[in-house]
Amino acid sequence: MADVTADIEDTKNGLSSTRVAQILLVAAVLLAAARPVLPEFMIRVPEAWIPPFAQWLDYFFNVIVIEKLKIAVLTRWFAEGPLEFMLNTMANLLEGKRRWPFLGPVPWTAVAAVAAVVGYYLGGWRMAALAGGTFIWTALIGQWKIAMQTMSVLSVAAPLAFFTGLLLGITAWKWELVNRIIKPVLSVLQTLPFFTYLLPAVIFFKVGPTAGAVATIVYAIPPMILMTTLGLKKVSPEVVEAGKMAGCTRWQMLTRVYLPAARTEILVGVNQVIMLCLAMVVLTAFIGMPGLGAKLLAMMGSFKLGRSFEIGVTIVLLAVMLDRLSKAWVVKLPEHHEKGTPWWKEHVVLLTAIGAFVVFLALAQFVQVFDHIGRKQDFSRGKEIDTAIKGFLAIDTVQAFTGWWRWFLNVWILIPFRNGLLWIPTPAFILGIVAFSCWLGGKRPAIYAALFFSLVALSGWWDRSVITLYAVISAVILSMFIGLPLGILASRNERWSRRILLACDTAQTFPSFIYLIPAIMLFGVNDVAVIFSIVIFTTVPLTRYTIEGLRTVPPEMTEAADMSGATKRQKLLTVQLPLALPTMAVGFNQAIMFAFFMVIIAAFIGTQDLGQELQRTLAGTDLGKNFVLGICVSLMALSFDLTILSWAERRKRALGLA
Amino acid sequence: MSDRETVISCRNAWKLFGDNPKKFFASMSGSESFDDIRRAGYIAGVRDVSVDVGRGEMLVIMGLSGSGKSTLVRCFSRLHDITTGTITVEGDDIGAMSERELIALRRSKMGMVFQSFGLLPHRTVLDNIAFPLEMRGQDRHDRRKRAMEVIELVGLSGREDYFPRELSGGQQQRVGIARSLAIEPDIWFLDEPFSALDPLIRREMQDEFLRLQQMLSKTIVFITHDFDEALRLADRIAIMKDGAIEQCDTPDQIVLNPATPYVRKFTEDIEKSRVVHAGVLSRPLNGAAPEGEPVQASATIQQLARQLVNDAREDLPVADADGALVGVLNRQQALDVLLGDA
Ligand SMILES: Nc1ncnc2c1ncn2[C@@H]1O[C@H](COP(=O)(O)OP(=O)(O)OP(=O)(O)O)[C@@H](O)[C@H]1O
Ligand SMILES: [Mg+2]
Repeated sequence: MADVTADIEDTKNGLSSTRVAQILLVAAVLLAAARPVLPEFMIRVPEAWIPPFAQWLDYFFNVIVIEKLKIAVLTRWFAEGPLEFMLNTMANLLEGKRRWPFLGPVPWTAVAAVAAVVGYYLGGWRMAALAGGTFIWTALIGQWKIAMQTMSVLSVAAPLAFFTGLLLGITAWKWELVNRIIKPVLSVLQTLPFFTYLLPAVIFFKVGPTAGAVATIVYAIPPMILMTTLGLKKVSPEVVEAGKMAGCTRWQMLTRVYLPAARTEILVGVNQVIMLCLAMVVLTAFIGMPGLGAKLLAMMGSFKLGRSFEIGVTIVLLAVMLDRLSKAWVVKLPEHHEKGTPWWKEHVVLLTAIGAFVVFLALAQFVQVFDHIGRKQDFSRGKEIDTAIKGFLAIDTVQAFTGWWRWFLNVWILIPFRNGLLWIPTPAFILGIVAFSCWLGGKRPAIYAALFFSLVALSGWWDRSVITLYAVISAVILSMFIGLPLGILASRNERWSRRILLACDTAQTFPSFIYLIPAIMLFGVNDVAVIFSIVIFTTVPLTRYTIEGLRTVPPEMTEAADMSGATKRQKLLTVQLPLALPTMAVGFNQAIMFAFFMVIIAAFIGTQDLGQELQRTLAGTDLGKNFVLGICVSLMALSFDLTILSWAERRKRALGLA
Repeated sequence: MSDRETVISCRNAWKLFGDNPKKFFASMSGSESFDDIRRAGYIAGVRDVSVDVGRGEMLVIMGLSGSGKSTLVRCFSRLHDITTGTITVEGDDIGAMSERELIALRRSKMGMVFQSFGLLPHRTVLDNIAFPLEMRGQDRHDRRKRAMEVIELVGLSGREDYFPRELSGGQQQRVGIARSLAIEPDIWFLDEPFSALDPLIRREMQDEFLRLQQMLSKTIVFITHDFDEALRLADRIAIMKDGAIEQCDTPDQIVLNPATPYVRKFTEDIEKSRVVHAGVLSRPLNGAAPEGEPVQASATIQQLARQLVNDAREDLPVADADGALVGVLNRQQALDVLLGDA
């Protein structure tokens, strides 16, 4: 149906998009086949033709933005003034950095107690245990200080990202023009690799925590903007009219009607801001931000697996805790108190929190372990775990197993695939991608793909881009072999679907960095480990959306299949999968985006892709190059994004699901 | 209605929904039907409506679902900007008002009860009801006191700290009613305000609004699907179809002399004797009055049924509330109305 209607639409103005795709594909194949006789400039864009994008960008940044507009003066003022002040204050309170207000560090017991009370308020005893337990673990394992370094940046970055996002969201909702401008910028921002944020942050906002905080904030803003506009648009018109009839001014309208009524979406935005901030704060280790990420990076670099594992657990616990608590806040709606409830009963949670805080603060004055866990007092078993893991990996069968996979993947799949992609002449490659895009998404995405990939070819980083793409494609294909069967199996049974969905949701809250730990443990520091970590990372959305897609197939349709006597297999293949495909495509798309993200992060393991170069730029001041590299990644990712989402959209409409 | 000062005056108002209604309206010849307009991609929410509402009057708007009742009322309160035409409220053209004037008008004069309540989800019953008072700048203590009074009135005592989602549909509707009662506006728009209420409380609410209207001469525009309700309340009834007012007149006239086939059909199932008053059915005195005991002009034919059947006179005198004779009622004509052959 979809193809029919789409084709009819397309044939009105010439060839159908399927036909165009076929022609393009044939052209690509012919070009590739003719490689031996092609002139050099048809195989790769010659150096001489490559416009000096990097210099232009450098000029733009250094001369125009920094010298002429003096933007850096402003940003540095912000970084050294208010931002640093906030960071220092939090750093003093949480980790005891010697700065104003010279109060900290707050004893760990007090933090854990307050967290437990907040957890109880938001989600009962289970949340209390999770929140309190996370902090207790962190302290006892001896990571309190580094964890608090991370948390102090988070506690500054998240609110700033929240307010900026809220403000921009309101602006975009209020003025359609702003919305039009902001939308494409946001999609580029969301596909731009994180490393591209880091360097400008360093240049404009000083090295160290300030730059890290700024990069984190900028990265976390887009979802907040989107959720805010979404929430504001959803406020029921009669509620708005009720506000107008009550004679609200515009300001009253916004603050007393719109924003409170959009509470749910805004809080979902808060959840996303917190999670993104955590993930990014961990990654700012790459520009030397101290904290959990830096420690993890150092431990992994020196192959101390036990300690890496422990830090990984801490990060995961923090992520799960922050996620669950903020989600509990979303669903927690205000409830009334019965009439005549005494004052203290209405505020019992607040009072308990204050009480617990004061009690532990006092206790900590007298009992040292309540204040901080000393050097020799922690329960870290880093060495033992390290020995255990290394012992396990040294077992012959395990070694044979991982060794064989490493060999098999490398020799039979990865290297041939990579060399194959690199062998294809640039024009043929682009034509191939455009054909794919045209066939799947239609003409519009195809035009974008052509434009975007041509730009990549002209950037001068073609080979590295192809290697990046190779890692992404091979990882996503491999993860399909795991994610799809897993999703299909799980969706057969209500209980299992719920469990796997929960596992996926939890796994999605982990900062991406975490996924490198098992990869390095199993495969060491090499290409296979990179692919492996991307595979685990991308399997999660694939599984998740497969289950979701299959579960949301309308029951009357599966019942129709049952009534016509279809076997389970027939039902799956003829009814469920086709109907679930649009949703699965969203998961597929997310998997690709995740892969692009991860492949860049994994660069420090030692790849030859764009990520490697990007990471190198972090050491210098090469803004132009940094941007060119980042935009290459972004352009490739956007091409896929546009294509797949356009397909899913068309398909959904054709199936009457949208 | 000539004795009343006009409060809302609506002249040739159109409200078109669509991409560029103004431009489309300019291109119209004026003879397009509702369906012609729809084929062009526009919906005529309000179609060339002219109507006046006087002070102290209760105008009831009726019509099928989608006929434009709510839209018309939204135009009166300028929640919708009309496409063309003029609407004046107490002589001021509301289309020309600045935002500030409009806010002032709504704060000081207007109130509305919404069809689907329009309660603020994040506020308690009490805070919802006090909301318009808050906007008017009343201090916390006063508005709390006033809100508690109306909560009592609509029978929600004890629920003042509940949130809307903790209430039943009927209770939510009562919160909406209470919110507008709290400010006792001069001009009241009630969009199916009692649709979710049980018959008992509905009657109480009707009485309350009637009391307010008569005591404080409130101007009320009331939308309902319930003809009985309309009869209890209405000074005049406007019947709408496809955005246009088919007929706007007293209930008696609507059932006795329907202006269009549509109105006739709309009122077909109504027992006319319950609507028509003796005073309306009577002819002028023209000098000689029939003798005997007069009937009350304000009585409906149904109320007079027993007397009409038993009385042997051909013509009955009709008297107003003060006992002065005002007309002559033909018994046969009244019986026709009563028995349904009129
Ligand atoms: N904001 C809007 N945008 C587009 N069309 C609208 C809008 N509001 C109302 N309409 C259309 O105008 C017409 C009249 O709607 P309105 O709500 O006034 O009907 P109603 O008479 O109040 O019906 P009901 O008895 O069901 O409440 C309908 O066809 C509706 O679809
Ligand atoms: Mg309505």
